[in-house]
Amino acid sequence: MEVLAILIPVSLFLGLLGLVAFVWTLRKGMYDDPDGDSQRILDTRYDDKPKPVSKDE
Amino acid sequence: MHSASLRPSACPACDAAPAAEALAGKAPLPDARLLLSVPDAHCAACIGTIERGMAQLEGVRSVRLNLTLKRLSVDAMAGVEAADVIAHLDRLGYEAHELDPGTLSMTETEKQGRELLMRLGVSGFAMMNIMLLSVAVWAGAEGATRDMFHLISALIAVPTVAFAGQPFFRNAWKALRAGRMDMDAPISVALILTLFISIYETLQSGQHAYFEAVVMLIFFLLAGRYLDFRARAVARSAAQELSALEVPRAIRLVDGVEKPVPVAELAVGDVVVVRPGGRMPVDGEVVGGNSEIDRSLLTGETLPVFAAQGTIVSAGEVNLTGPLQIRVTAAGKDSSLHRMADLVANAESARTRYTTAAERAASAYAPTIPILSFGAFLVWMYLSGGDLRLSMNIAVASLIITCPCALGLAVPAVVTSASGKLFRKGLLIKDGTALERLAEVDTVVFDKTGTLTMGTPVPTNLDQHSPEICAVALALADASSHPLAQALARALRERDVQPAQLDKLSEQPGYGMEAQWRGQPVRLGRADWVGAEARGTTAAYLALDGVTHAFTFSDQLRPGAADVVSALQAQGKAVWLISGDVPGAVQDMAQRLNIADWHAGALPQDKADKINDLQAAGHKVLMVGDGLNDTVALSAAHVSISPASALDAARAASDMVLLGRDISPVADAVRMSKTAMQRIRENFWQSGIYNIIFVPIALFGYATPLWAAAIMSVSSISVTLNALRLK
Repeated sequence: MEVLAILIPVSLFLGLLGLVAFVWTLRKGMYDDPDGDSQRILDTRYDDKPKPVSKDE
Repeated sequence: MHSASLRPSACPACDAAPAAEALAGKAPLPDARLLLSVPDAHCAACIGTIERGMAQLEGVRSVRLNLTLKRLSVDAMAGVEAADVIAHLDRLGYEAHELDPGTLSMTETEKQGRELLMRLGVSGFAMMNIMLLSVAVWAGAEGATRDMFHLISALIAVPTVAFAGQPFFRNAWKALRAGRMDMDAPISVALILTLFISIYETLQSGQHAYFEAVVMLIFFLLAGRYLDFRARAVARSAAQELSALEVPRAIRLVDGVEKPVPVAELAVGDVVVVRPGGRMPVDGEVVGGNSEIDRSLLTGETLPVFAAQGTIVSAGEVNLTGPLQIRVTAAGKDSSLHRMADLVANAESARTRYTTAAERAASAYAPTIPILSFGAFLVWMYLSGGDLRLSMNIAVASLIITCPCALGLAVPAVVTSASGKLFRKGLLIKDGTALERLAEVDTVVFDKTGTLTMGTPVPTNLDQHSPEICAVALALADASSHPLAQALARALRERDVQPAQLDKLSEQPGYGMEAQWRGQPVRLGRADWVGAEARGTTAAYLALDGVTHAFTFSDQLRPGAADVVSALQAQGKAVWLISGDVPGAVQDMAQRLNIADWHAGALPQDKADKINDLQAAGHKVLMVGDGLNDTVALSAAHVSISPASALDAARAASDMVLLGRDISPVADAVRMSKTAMQRIRENFWQSGIYNIIFVPIALFGYATPLWAAAIMSVSSISVTLNALRLK
């Protein structure tokens, strides 16, 4: 049962990590256009290299 | 932002003069940030076409299409006008309307939505982590291990409930202070009580703790809240979008110089220029120019009216042929357009508040939760001879099992699913209760001009004219920008008519075209000007060799108009046509569409009266209209729809807005609303049945935390799946 002493903190940490990631995506506005995001995967424009990042997006 | 030196310039003029670009790069120009509504965008190809195409437009820095909102944001250099962008989009094959970025900025509601989503996310992660520990307990962890797991769960659950439960606590507190009982009060009691009992049980190393049930309850309830919020936020942003649609701008004439200014800045006495095709921004009097004006949006009549010096015009009318100079007599809030909007606002506030099925269910169900669990507590106190801990545990178990998480999802899940499907078909639901009201409709009233028709004329009697007359008419019509002339020219060209040779061609704005043909004068235009007798229907007149010929026009049907009428009739709805136009035109339209009940020459108040009569007779009326003359009727009807081309007052008065040109989604909406209500009823039954089965189990004291968690998730998921079944 000593393994629990490691496993529980690890699982809690991972959970927290997920939560932080979620908060980050929410702040970045990644849920603003779900329909568009699902369609953009079919777009061939940025297949070779990612779109240049603009400051205000 | 792209750096100017890294890519070929989007501005050819800058390539020719690199200094200019360097200059432009240094001085931070006030950028133009434009927002446009693009209702037709729907797929990956649309995103590609629009974004690629827009990047080629001069001065455009970056573009992004939001497909969910069907909104295009364009980041451009100063000087790029919305009109250029709209024209460019038109060439790409997309209809677009300018939106006012001011009204669409990050609003309070959007912040609310993010906050709700954040609470939902936090409770979701907490739920998963607690569940991880709870499963271990259910699997048989005992003694110190179980107590530790419970303790860790408590450490996660307490801050989660404190953070994520706030919307419920706040609402409950507000309701209780006002002396009302709503769904949030029992929910809050259940959350807090269960949490405290669970902590107590944990400290007493008890067997059952309901931490995962508490957090799960919050999660599912928040999911319902969020869906509900989204449906309402979409409606609200739609309303915003619509009021932003009409970007109020006018051309003011100061000392002979034309300058575009916002309408809000116009004052009485200013002179504004309205170009052919433009809409009057204000009420006023014509002080210069001759033209014809189209009043169909205000009155429903299709015949253009002659305008010259001294003619009084109202905001919302469309100028057809020549530029007009107008002295402002009333602007902004005082204009007739706004007065009408105020009338509508009054009519709307008089409309009784509609109680939705969800509200009825909630008010019936809310008191039963505390009553049931308090009853269970008393009975078990009596049966167990005063065992407080056991009675408390059973009371809490029944409280958590009766808590209505499926009920909270039952309506929002269906409404979200239905409005999403309708939005994809091109129908925007502005009012949250509109779908439910639409399901009750048994009579549909259509307006004619601009609703069942496009408001664009098509010539009807070309066959009655000789080829020679047609050739002359084509040559004359070709040179004019009047809608009737253009429609005539288009129709004649389609018949391979060759234009005749004319001399001394000239246009008399407001009257018509004039020229010499084989040495004799010919005229095409208004009846009194060419010397013909005016007919009852829309017509253009040609005078040739002392004889006059009339080209009659009828309005082109809106796509899907015939389908929508027959589909509604097939669904057993009574269809009416009520128009402000002349009887001949209305009867013709009614016959073409196979509508038996029609009324012509109806004034705005007549339309509203007719609808009130129908509703007094027990019918529920859906009104579909676009004109200012329809607005009172739109707000009087049980539920109303208007096309996006309608005036903003009409759109504001209606519950739903048709985004595209096609009117057939109206029939889909009526059908879909029926199925949606069916699904909502099924969902109520489903969540009811779960309660009927499991409440007795809880009352008899057999419910465990595992039961509570299982019931909650199964019922919530089945309700959501049922909503997604909507076609």
